[in-house]
Amino acid sequence: MNDPAPWLRVAPGTQPPLDVPAYGSTHKRYPKQAPLRIATTLTEASAPRMTGAHYPAHADLSRGPGWEAQGERIIVAGRVLDEAGRPVRGAMVEIWQANAAGRYNHPGDQHAAPLDPNFKGEGRVFTDEDGWYRYTTIRPGAYPWRNHHNAWRPVHIHYSLFGAGFAQRLITQMYFPGDPLLPLDPIFNATPDPTARERLVARFDLDITQPEWALGYRFDIVLRGRAATPMENPQ
Amino acid sequence: MTATSRDQDEALHEAPDRPHQPATASQTAGPYWHLIDHPEWADLLRADGPNAGYADGERIVLTGRITDGDGAPCGDMMVEIWQADPEGRYDGAFHGFGRCATDREGRFRFVTVKPGPVRGRGNAIQAPHVTLSLFARGLLTHLTTRLYFAGEALNEADPVLSAVAAARRGTLVAQAAGAGEWRLDIRLQGDGETVFLEV
Repeated sequence: MNDPAPWLRVAPGTQPPLDVPAYGSTHKRYPKQAPLRIATTLTEASAPRMTGAHYPAHADLSRGPGWEAQGERIIVAGRVLDEAGRPVRGAMVEIWQANAAGRYNHPGDQHAAPLDPNFKGEGRVFTDEDGWYRYTTIRPGAYPWRNHHNAWRPVHIHYSLFGAGFAQRLITQMYFPGDPLLPLDPIFNATPDPTARERLVARFDLDITQPEWALGYRFDIVLRGRAATPMENPQ
Repeated sequence: MTATSRDQDEALHEAPDRPHQPATASQTAGPYWHLIDHPEWADLLRADGPNAGYADGERIVLTGRITDGDGAPCGDMMVEIWQADPEGRYDGAFHGFGRCATDREGRFRFVTVKPGPVRGRGNAIQAPHVTLSLFARGLLTHLTTRLYFAGEALNEADPVLSAVAAARRGTLVAQAAGAGEWRLDIRLQGDGETVFLEV
């Protein structure tokens, strides 16, 4: 029986480090010891298998119980691929975000902006056979945080993804093009490689845009890939 | 892990078939991830869940407390587990996934079944273990570790435990804490820092 193919190592600079002096919450939370690099076994090759049966999809965040949420309706779509460009099928994608005024429907968020009873700000979709996902929501607002003087998070939507293997688990954020807060944000700028940062920014897409209804944005996501050749029983 | 398997791993990881697009950058889950929290997911044996009616193996409770570099509780974390079934399979009837939010004291609690030994690379056998992933404000990429069970004979030869310095091995080994309960505290930074894994 073959051993599972190892996961490709992270390309240098394309992931943020854990110790980021400009992001205060990292100071007491980043491990000081280097992680132990381990071989890929069944534990790392396998992954949870979510389906709509126990994790029902919910692809329209833009309306509450019968009423439209406040703000600018948008459609977000994209593909989930692995590092070789192959679609990741049946991936569960969870999303959560602030409302149009920049306030989360969360007891911990005390920003002096209105809550919207018709906007919960949480959704769940699955990718199709070609790796596509799609949902409808409200463009979120920017909001202040206390990381430093006059700190504001750029507009963003949180993503949580489960791929076909444990090492593909990813939580990230999608940003919006042209946001003047992006150059100022220590979370966005923690990733050293500028190309990797730019890939966190969605782009406006006229093909996703629906006439007389909503602007469309395209956001593709790449999950970790495997080395091409499976190994035969190493000694 | 043997030197040879590590060398072969290295060879593959540096292989010329580098991806044309590296994986998307991770970002923090932030303080408001509870919008995707479903507290019932911490009970893998819940009546309406994917393991409803599952009766094999030994029912156990996994608990622990997560603290930061000051020893302060991490009360806003998302903890996920992934584990094999009692026969050591990941693709059987049992779905070994759970998610739990830590409480104000930094505590988590899962209800599950005890996993069996899992096949390792080559002819190796891995001792029963549960993988834990931690997501939170202040963690730009998530942290991964493993929970092993104190007293398991297979712990001695486990490839991961064997690769950890003896002085730190205990940070991966849960202790019995009452009937069916296993406890593993996690320290993110500083004295007694947990061993985290690069997968």
